[in-house]
Amino acid sequence: MVEHRPGLTFLTHAILLAGVAIIAFPLYLTLVASTQTAEQITQAIPMSMLPGTNALETYKIALFGGQSAAGSEITGSAPMMLVSLITALIIPLGKITMSMLSAFAIVYFRFPFRNLVFWMIFVTLMLPVEVRIGPTYEVVASLGMLNTYAGLSIPLIASATATFLFRQFFLTVPDELVEAARIDGAGPMRFFKDVLLPLSSTSIAALFVIQFIYGWNQYLWPLLMTTSEDMYPVVMGIKRLIGGDSYTEWNVVMATAILAMLPPALVVMLMQKWFVKGLVDTEK
Amino acid sequence: MEKRVRFKSSWLPWLLIAPQMAIVLVFFFWPAAQALRQSVMSQDPFGNNSEFVGLENFERLFADASYLESFKTTAFFSVLVAVCGLSIALLLAVMANRVLRGAGVYKTLLIWPYAVAPVVAGVLWLFMFASPMGVIAYWLRMLGLDWNHLLNSRHAMALIVVAAVWKQISYNFLFFLAGLQSIPKSLIEAAAIDGASPWRRFWTIVFPLLSPTTFFLLVINVVYSFFDTFGIVDATTKGGPGKETSILVYKVYYDGFKAMDMAGSAAQSVVLMCIVIALTVIQFRFVEKKVQY
Repeated sequence: MVEHRPGLTFLTHAILLAGVAIIAFPLYLTLVASTQTAEQITQAIPMSMLPGTNALETYKIALFGGQSAAGSEITGSAPMMLVSLITALIIPLGKITMSMLSAFAIVYFRFPFRNLVFWMIFVTLMLPVEVRIGPTYEVVASLGMLNTYAGLSIPLIASATATFLFRQFFLTVPDELVEAARIDGAGPMRFFKDVLLPLSSTSIAALFVIQFIYGWNQYLWPLLMTTSEDMYPVVMGIKRLIGGDSYTEWNVVMATAILAMLPPALVVMLMQKWFVKGLVDTEK
Repeated sequence: MEKRVRFKSSWLPWLLIAPQMAIVLVFFFWPAAQALRQSVMSQDPFGNNSEFVGLENFERLFADASYLESFKTTAFFSVLVAVCGLSIALLLAVMANRVLRGAGVYKTLLIWPYAVAPVVAGVLWLFMFASPMGVIAYWLRMLGLDWNHLLNSRHAMALIVVAAVWKQISYNFLFFLAGLQSIPKSLIEAAAIDGASPWRRFWTIVFPLLSPTTFFLLVINVVYSFFDTFGIVDATTKGGPGKETSILVYKVYYDGFKAMDMAGSAAQSVVLMCIVIALTVIQFRFVEKKVQY
């Protein structure tokens, strides 16, 4: 702060608090709704803004399914959480492994068509899955990968951002390290494992956080890809609870929403340092 | 930039790039080629017969009033999301950059919506605006505004904009904050010594120095509202009422997978690819500039 202005400082905190409150309001309401019963929510106009006493019951049904108080059959979200978790782990792990290897090849070797390879990877930067859903769906279907973890994750793994990140990083690694490794008689894979991998650990952590969130929050692709209920990610499960003609049990919907938000939100808050680095790095 | 020292091997580099190349070829180039091929073919819904029709699908597309309408909707939506999202985030970032105490806490409490899936964000906001128990819908009725996003297209648009902005503020905020922190303190102090008020310092020093960040975020926000908001639209309005909030990505999905018009959907995919490529080129030209700066 350049000068002392108590009034301005007060205003600053007031604006920030208002911002925090507005951002958090939907979350508060979701939490409150998940502790009430479906009748309490729909019959009070507007719904009560104070926590109810039905939390245990609601979360039990949201997680493990069963007959709700209003009489509808609810599919539990615990299996869906597992699907989300597996996909959200495959995507970052696959992406990091694959792109580190190809960035290593591009930076540390000279081979024919190296530039062509580089450009082929570069172009994929421009094609998010949303713009090619139809044809990618057909490819995945013809490979028999519908309703599989491979189908859910692999088409999302292939993107250039991670490859570029590692390429940029490898280019900054001093040449002396390669020379020293060679003098000591280390081959390329030994160099990769013992020198590059430890040096890249912060980039790996940062990418992991970003890609975990990306994988967990996928919606459009699983929507097309999965037809069997045991392969639905939890994000899709929520949407299915409010669709259809049946009575929407908002308390269960909101409890499921909390469950679906929890893992990625925890990752963002607890690994904030990596998260920020990952965001800034991947967008250059 | 090139490495001076390299390893020598005739087969190892191929082995190293093989996984990525395999995925890129199968899941990018093959589908992209398919999209291009389908966009110039006419096909029955069962995929049995197809014939070459040239640019007919594109002509049909651009003659289709609902497609042009969807273009307008998307443009309007992305301008609203970008302008609202950027200005709110900038205000919060400037404030967070000013405080001495509690900056870390504010930051943590402002960035978490990034972790929320678009479709979940859609559900949360739908809940607050839904009749009859929706809290905000109720407040609006108290104020004399009869909220109904199922019938009123303006209300529907407002709903998806609010949900999209709410989710994107965290991202914009982080980048603005990083941009603000990279501005040298000495510039601000010099201006303060010369007697410039905080308001004036912001508009004559801080804001111009932030312009690379702002421009970058503008592109990112447009990309976000074009492609990442499918879940929000699907959860809240489903493109309705009528087709009033049917943004381009929603239309590709709807025409291809609900209406089973594969050729039309493929042509739309090709148009979308062109938009993404244009946006990427803009972004990269900007990145080059930033390097010089």
